[in-house]
Amino acid sequence: MPKVKTSSTINHQPSTINLNEIRKDFPILQREIYGKPLVYFDNGATTQKPKVVLNTIEKFYNSINANIHRGVHKLSAESTEEYEQAREVIREFLNAEKTSEIIFTSGTTASINLVAFSFGEVFVKSGDEVIVTEMEHHSNIVPWQLLCERKGANLKALPFDENGELKVDMLESLITPKTRILSVTHVSNTLGTVNPIKQIIEIAHRHNVPVLIDGAQGVKHGIIDVQDLDADFYAFSGHKIYGPTGIGVLYGKEKWLNQMVPWQGGGDMIATVSFAKTTFNELPFKFEAGTANYIGAAGLATAINYYKSVGIEQATSYETELLNYATKKLLEIDGLRIIGTAKDKASIISFILNDIHPYDTGMILDKMGIAVRTGNHCTQPVIDHFGIDGTVRASLAFYNTFEEVDRLVEGVAKVKEMFG
Amino acid sequence: MTLNEVQNSIIDDFSLFEDWMDRYQQLIELGKDLPPIDEKKRTDQYLIKGCQSKVWLDADLVDGKVQFTADSDAIITKGIVSLLIKVLTNRTPQEILDADLYFIDKIGLKENLSPTRSNGLVAMVKQMRMYALAFQAKSNNV
Repeated sequence: MPKVKTSSTINHQPSTINLNEIRKDFPILQREIYGKPLVYFDNGATTQKPKVVLNTIEKFYNSINANIHRGVHKLSAESTEEYEQAREVIREFLNAEKTSEIIFTSGTTASINLVAFSFGEVFVKSGDEVIVTEMEHHSNIVPWQLLCERKGANLKALPFDENGELKVDMLESLITPKTRILSVTHVSNTLGTVNPIKQIIEIAHRHNVPVLIDGAQGVKHGIIDVQDLDADFYAFSGHKIYGPTGIGVLYGKEKWLNQMVPWQGGGDMIATVSFAKTTFNELPFKFEAGTANYIGAAGLATAINYYKSVGIEQATSYETELLNYATKKLLEIDGLRIIGTAKDKASIISFILNDIHPYDTGMILDKMGIAVRTGNHCTQPVIDHFGIDGTVRASLAFYNTFEEVDRLVEGVAKVKEMFG
Repeated sequence: MTLNEVQNSIIDDFSLFEDWMDRYQQLIELGKDLPPIDEKKRTDQYLIKGCQSKVWLDADLVDGKVQFTADSDAIITKGIVSLLIKVLTNRTPQEILDADLYFIDKIGLKENLSPTRSNGLVAMVKQMRMYALAFQAKSNNV
């Protein structure tokens, strides 16, 4: 079997991932777009799904499908078993202590909203403070803004520098006795910056401030260990880690989850209901109202197992090599500027080309079969920080190739020629 | 030329280009040729929502005919809006409201535009019709 071997980088083992086999696992990668082989570089928005994930979903609907935690019948028992097994897969993946700390949600946004509401309802009052950073995605700004408006609290933001690195040394001075929670992204979806979250958590904890990590982009860039990080909350989406859409996870320390109030009412979150008083189910069900996305959960568990079988460290290491190669090649194009030049970056490159609008660049690349994201990437404060209209973003996954990077570089050169 | 004659001549022009690349190159040239809108009009008041790139559009009624001016920060979008202007400017409000803009399909713009992009195109046309409607309502009231 042909193996793709690439040169070793400083901090990683030489990466050996079997690209030929991996690419066969993703049917969509065989597609042609306008007569050209698809180059999919929009992995920051969503990743493609391996066949095993699609098979899990199909098999589940074909042979098990039944609502969980309800039926006395065999199918319901099997369905429940699969759902709870998926929870265990995720517990292990995040190295959480207990499965009761793994809440299924519809995605990162829902996870953050859950905490902003349920934690905020109990712990945040008028005059208190919530800290985010200036590089957050809108989903990690707006829920906190809504909380602050509801409670009369204040939202503060930790700035970042010209390279796109958080000014972590300013964090200590931003925290006050009124700070109730800090929410920070693991990896910036626009800049690619990998934030020093362990250090940030350590600083916040010194002041008894709990920390939520937005893992939307971080979850597929290396091994996550919530106990080692000592994260209070970690939120991510299934579809950004090769799983289905509509399923996500909130990890939360039991000590917080137990004190938080339910977010939505109905279904599994209930223990007993009378018109006088409703009592709530125990964790994690307290936060899982309505019919759970059990098939999504099973699909996500399959995706995680697939990702592990590729090798999380190997995949990350290979993505870093792709990133370094793409960075070097793109910078050879005169007039191209990379936005986000942090020392520690995930495989996300944002760039602008002379004064060509990112939308124009994206449209021409599309015609060449290359899928990139353009615009503000739902991070308007980041785009405003650099005083630009937006960027073209190529986000790379382990199923991408060096040849595809070459096609992007050719495409960008062509754009430059067309608009010159 | 009538409104449809202009549409037909655009279709003829674009049919010369078989390659999508040449069609886009043509749009880029058209975009570059459209004079920029008055700096004072590059404000939210004239901005069309629904485009990934920004489009500013204004209209005046001169001797019963609508005169459009528009601009965009993206050149391809500007090329597209310049085509719409070629077809719809200097027409009566009724002509604009009655227009069947078949040229969009014929030159392969619509089929090649993703929903968000065609929303942009749709939003532009809608805004132009809104101006026409407003002018018509105003003149009916006089």
